[in-house]
Order: sequence, then structure tokens, then C-alpha cells
Amino acid sequence: MHLDPHPNLTSSVIYGLGFLYLVQVVMNLFWTARCMKAGNHQRLPSVLGGGDVPVAMWWGMYTALLSMVMIAHFTGYRNPEAFSLLLPDWFKGSVDVCVNDPKLFFLISTLIFAGIILLRKTLATDTAGWMLFNAATLFLSLSLTDWDFRQIVGKPDNVPIVGMLFIVGFFTWLFFKKANENDRRIEQGLRPLEAENNEKVLVWPDLVYTELIVMIALTAFLFVWGVLLEAPLEEPASSVKTPNPSKAPWYFLGLQEMLVYYDPWLAGVVFPSTILGGLMALPYIDFNKKGNGYYTFNERKFAISVFLFGFLPLWVGMIVLGTFLRGPNWNMFGIYEYWDVHKLEALNNVNLSEYFWLYGLGMSMPVPDATSSFGAQIATIVWRELPGILVTLGYLLLLPSVMAMTVFRNFAFRMGFFRFMVFANLVLLMAALPAKMVLRWAFNLKYLVAIPEYFINI
Amino acid sequence: MSVGDYIRESQIWKSVFRHPAPYDRRNRVVVMLTNFFLHLHPVSIKQNGIALSYTWCMGGITFFLFLVETITGVLLMFYYRPTLEWAFNDILALRDVSTLGVMREVHRWGAHAMVITVWLHMYRVFLTGSYKPPREFNWVIGVILLKFTLLLSFTGYLLPWDQLAIWAITVGSNMARATPVLGHEGPGFQLLNIGGYDLITNASDARFLLLGSKFVGEETLNRFYILHCVAIPLAVAGLIAIHFWRVRKDGGISQPL
Repeated sequence: MHLDPHPNLTSSVIYGLGFLYLVQVVMNLFWTARCMKAGNHQRLPSVLGGGDVPVAMWWGMYTALLSMVMIAHFTGYRNPEAFSLLLPDWFKGSVDVCVNDPKLFFLISTLIFAGIILLRKTLATDTAGWMLFNAATLFLSLSLTDWDFRQIVGKPDNVPIVGMLFIVGFFTWLFFKKANENDRRIEQGLRPLEAENNEKVLVWPDLVYTELIVMIALTAFLFVWGVLLEAPLEEPASSVKTPNPSKAPWYFLGLQEMLVYYDPWLAGVVFPSTILGGLMALPYIDFNKKGNGYYTFNERKFAISVFLFGFLPLWVGMIVLGTFLRGPNWNMFGIYEYWDVHKLEALNNVNLSEYFWLYGLGMSMPVPDATSSFGAQIATIVWRELPGILVTLGYLLLLPSVMAMTVFRNFAFRMGFFRFMVFANLVLLMAALPAKMVLRWAFNLKYLVAIPEYFINI
Repeated sequence: MSVGDYIRESQIWKSVFRHPAPYDRRNRVVVMLTNFFLHLHPVSIKQNGIALSYTWCMGGITFFLFLVETITGVLLMFYYRPTLEWAFNDILALRDVSTLGVMREVHRWGAHAMVITVWLHMYRVFLTGSYKPPREFNWVIGVILLKFTLLLSFTGYLLPWDQLAIWAITVGSNMARATPVLGHEGPGFQLLNIGGYDLITNASDARFLLLGSKFVGEETLNRFYILHCVAIPLAVAGLIAIHFWRVRKDGGISQPL
């Protein structure tokens, strides 16, 4: 009998998934009960008779469906070949097309970020949040029927990242829920909810008991996690066997991803330092006195949008990309795609100076004469790279002034010169990653400034 | 007299707890002031300031995880020798032989969790605008603590001395080669030279400082071990103390003005 070395389904996978569905059934049972207690009704469209039905009915139906799926897993696990609850190939294929290309991935994550902000009133409700959570768990459970997905998500060090995605999603949702509530109150001229009924209470017992309970729960959680999931230990270290791909620890994978677009001196040294420095500078840049000590979005639209863009698509998004989608030879792979070492991706990137001299002017590149003096060589290199140098200087020095005179007039006025320059440069450096991505995708641009002689490539 | 009362009336008990049990208002105040472990807290606090939906509890959880990492880390140090000969085998023994081997799992998962909870704590502090005056400087200390948390995790990543460990550290530390001026493949390293001899080479640059060697080797293991177990934890402990002190001195947990 022919045995598939990469089976999508095995008995233990099906049986294990049964428990995942059990969790979903239980949590949706509670949700259905909550809906029944709330007693909300929904009018059916006229095609279906137009009567009123309780909202809880829909959730009851969904729970019943999940229970049937669960029972199918617990009863049908002995015969994985005949088990038909799999993700269809067309679905896997279309998801992979969306994520195995950095352009589309970044576009989609940016759209999600924009959608979160634009649809915050709709998404940050209890029902919408619960639906999103259900969609995410269902997607995870169905995807786990794929062999390749299990390989990448099931790596012990990647499990916390899957958890982190749920947690970050939850807290982003919670923030918008509370911010919406406060924004509504502020519009009505009321104080934020945090300011209402804010009497002082004694720390013993009101705070110390909470702390005690959290500590006990967390200890139990860590031990259960430790017993269930073994910490990874691969083969003994060998300095001659380089793994493919070689990845930094997961929390640095966003930085490692920047290496695709920038050289190590920028991606590995300057940008990380700028992130830390920029975070430290943040309280001294944000002159907005509002929104101190309570959740709000409307009073701090710009600050929160920029921070969310940095945290969600750029930091968390790039970690997801680096962890789950970068495979052998640092090629992109879909979440359901086999990590084929021989996958080829054409790389044909061109420097700006080559575009300018070779294609633009139809001339040959200026080459520094090795026999001439040091100063003359530098001058030739600067001449050769002048277009890129001008673009870079314009981006970091000229653009802030343009920003100060147009979109950020108010900011420049209130911040003063020095503070505004720091702010503008931090924003521009943050935008430098997406900017270079776009240039790479649109023009196959390798470097704006290419001075490999002195390791100055931008 | 019940046994409980007998114990609470004894000289030993009274020498440890210098106040009656915190059953009434007065003693609930006194317990906060006289107990060393509780004196980080104020006596009373705004009730919305301690609501979990407001604080997310992430700062507290991060601190607790730091304590968990310290305790499990000390236990692991009894079983682990940072040498090429023993490092991997000692970790293997933790998995297969040692009674408290699960400490390694708790330590590793706790470390991952701590990185995440630090981010979430910063996320909350940002979203509530709690970095605004008068708490600007405490945010700065927090960013430094973020850096040290990542460095703690990074240095610990090498210690199992398996393929995952050395290659992750190799990839991560290769960046240091490209440090401007101070890395031997960084822009402007030629600036530091005496009479045409470069001072910055692969045996004297920033990466060498980090690794103690030209590649990830035994010197690196020793260096990371000391950073991971002694140097960074000490720095973090000091910074945490300042961080907490400043929370109190800057007006306690943030609330609407």
C-alpha cells in the first residue's frame, strides 16, 4: 500500500481536532445562553416570512452544527482516508496566493489595519467580536487539517505566536470598545467612563486579592503549558551545518524581514535603534494633552493611528510573515504550501544609479580610478550615486519642511523647529520600510544609493 | 482559646507580623504600611484604576513572569554547565532524566510569554495615554526595560546549544558586523585607523565584543551565560525598582485628571 509521507489527516489529528471543536461548542453554548438571557430579537427578511426570531436561535444553530462536526471527529477518527471534513484545495490555493507574495500580504495587512480603524464602531461590539473570534478559531481548526500548515504552526516556538495573534486581536478589540464608549460620552459632554464612580478603595483586599488570583492562575497555566508542550531541542549545535532557512528568534523576525529591503547596517542597526529611540522620544513629541488616563480614539486620532500602524502591520504583521511565510532560501511560501528547497524566485533588482546612467542617459557608469587620489575616488563615487543621494537627502531634510508647510502646519507651529524635525524624521524613517517595499515591487529597485566600496547601501 | 488564636497570640507570630490580622479597616491600612512585600502599593487606590478591563494587568503579569524566570532560572543553573562539552547534554538530561526537568519548559514558555506581555503592557500604556506628563520619564525607563527583556530572551536562546540556538544567535549577531564605524562590514569602519592599519577588524569589532570570538563558539556561550544569568537580570531588577518607584511618585496608576 502506498503511504503518503505528508498525510493531511491522521487518526490522532482528527481525534485531537475533536477536542478543539469541543472547546468551541462549550464556549458557544455559553454565548447562546447569554443571548437568550439578553432576549434580543431579529426580524427575518420577507422571503422567510418576515417574523421575529430570537438572536439566540442563530447561535443555537451554529452550536448544533459545531456539535455535529465534533461528533464526526470523535466517531470517524479511525478511518482518516474516508474522513471528508477537509479544507478544499481551491480554498487553500486562493489563501496561498494572497499570502505567499509579500506585496499582497502587506497590502492585505494594511487594509485590515485601515478596516479596523474605519469600521471601529461596527467591529468593536460584543457580537462582532464574538463572530470574529469564532471565525478565527474555525479557520485555525479547519487549517489544522493541512499537513504543511501543521508543520509551521505546530513548531513549539511558533505556538506562542499563534496565541499572541489571538491576544493582540482581543486587546485591540477591547481598546476600541472602550474608546467608542468614551468617545460617545465625550460627544455628549460627559466625562470618560473611567472618571465615573471613581471612589478610592483599600488596596487590601481589592487589589492584593486580584494579584494573588492572577499569580496562582498564571503559575498553573505555565505548568500546564510546560507539561503539554515540550520545549524545542534540535540536533546538537554544528557550525558547519547551516539550516535553511536560518531564522533569528521569533520576536526579531520583523527586523530580519527588513533585511530583504535594506542592508544590515540599516535593517539591523540603525532602524532597531531608531525604533527604541523613537519610542523613548514619544512622550516628548506628543503635545496633545487630551486622552491622558482613559481610552479614547477621537481625541488622539493621529497618535493612535500611527502607533497602531507601527504595531499591527509593521511589527506583528512582519513577525507573522517572517515566522510562517518565509521558508528555504528566504522565499515566500503560503501557509498550506510545501517548503520546497528548490522553489525558484527570479531576483533581478537594479540600483537607482544604474537606472539613471545606463537606462536614463544611455551612458556608462562612472568608475572610480584606482590609481587616482582618495578624494578623487570619493568624488567619482558621489557623482555616480548623486541621484540617490539627492533623493535620500530630499526625503530626510527637504520633505520635513514641505510637511511643515502643508499637511503638518499645525504640528510644526505647536512643536517648534527641533521637536518637529525629530517627529518628521521618525515618521519618515517608519515610512521608509513600506516606501522601499513599494519601490522594490514597482521598479525592482535594489538600492537608492549603492556604495559597496564603503558598505554604504541605502 | 482556639489553636488559630493561640498561634496569632504567640511571640513568634507577633514578631513576624507586627499588626493584627487585616480584618478591619485600620489593620488593612496597617498591613500595607508594615509589610515589606506590600509596601510597593499605596494604601488606597482609585477603584477604576485597578479594573482589569482598564489595566489588562499586563505590567503586573510581566513582573510576576520575571520572578518566575528568576526562580526557574536559578533551579536550572543547578543542572546546567555552559561549556561545549556539557551544555547540550545537560539540557537533554533536563528533558529525560531530571526530576524538575519541566522547569525548562516553564522557563522557556514563561520567557516567550514575558516578551508578549511587555508588548501588551506598552500597548495599554500607549492607548490610555499614560505616557503623557507627568509620566514621560517612566515610559523611557519602560522602553529600556523592553530592550533588556528582548536581550534576556536573546541571550537565553543560545544556552541549549542546539542547531536552533546557535543559528538564531548567528543570524541575530551578524547584524553587529554592520554597525556604522564599529563593525568590520559597517559604513565608515575605515575611519578608525592608525597609519593605514584598520583598528576595526573581525577580531575587534562590535560583533566580536558581543560574541567574544569571530564566530558563535565557547567564548560566546560563556559570555551569553553571564549576561543572561547575572548581568542583565541585575540591571533589570534595578530598573524595575526605579520603574515601580516612579509609578508611585508620578501620581500612581493613571486616571482621568
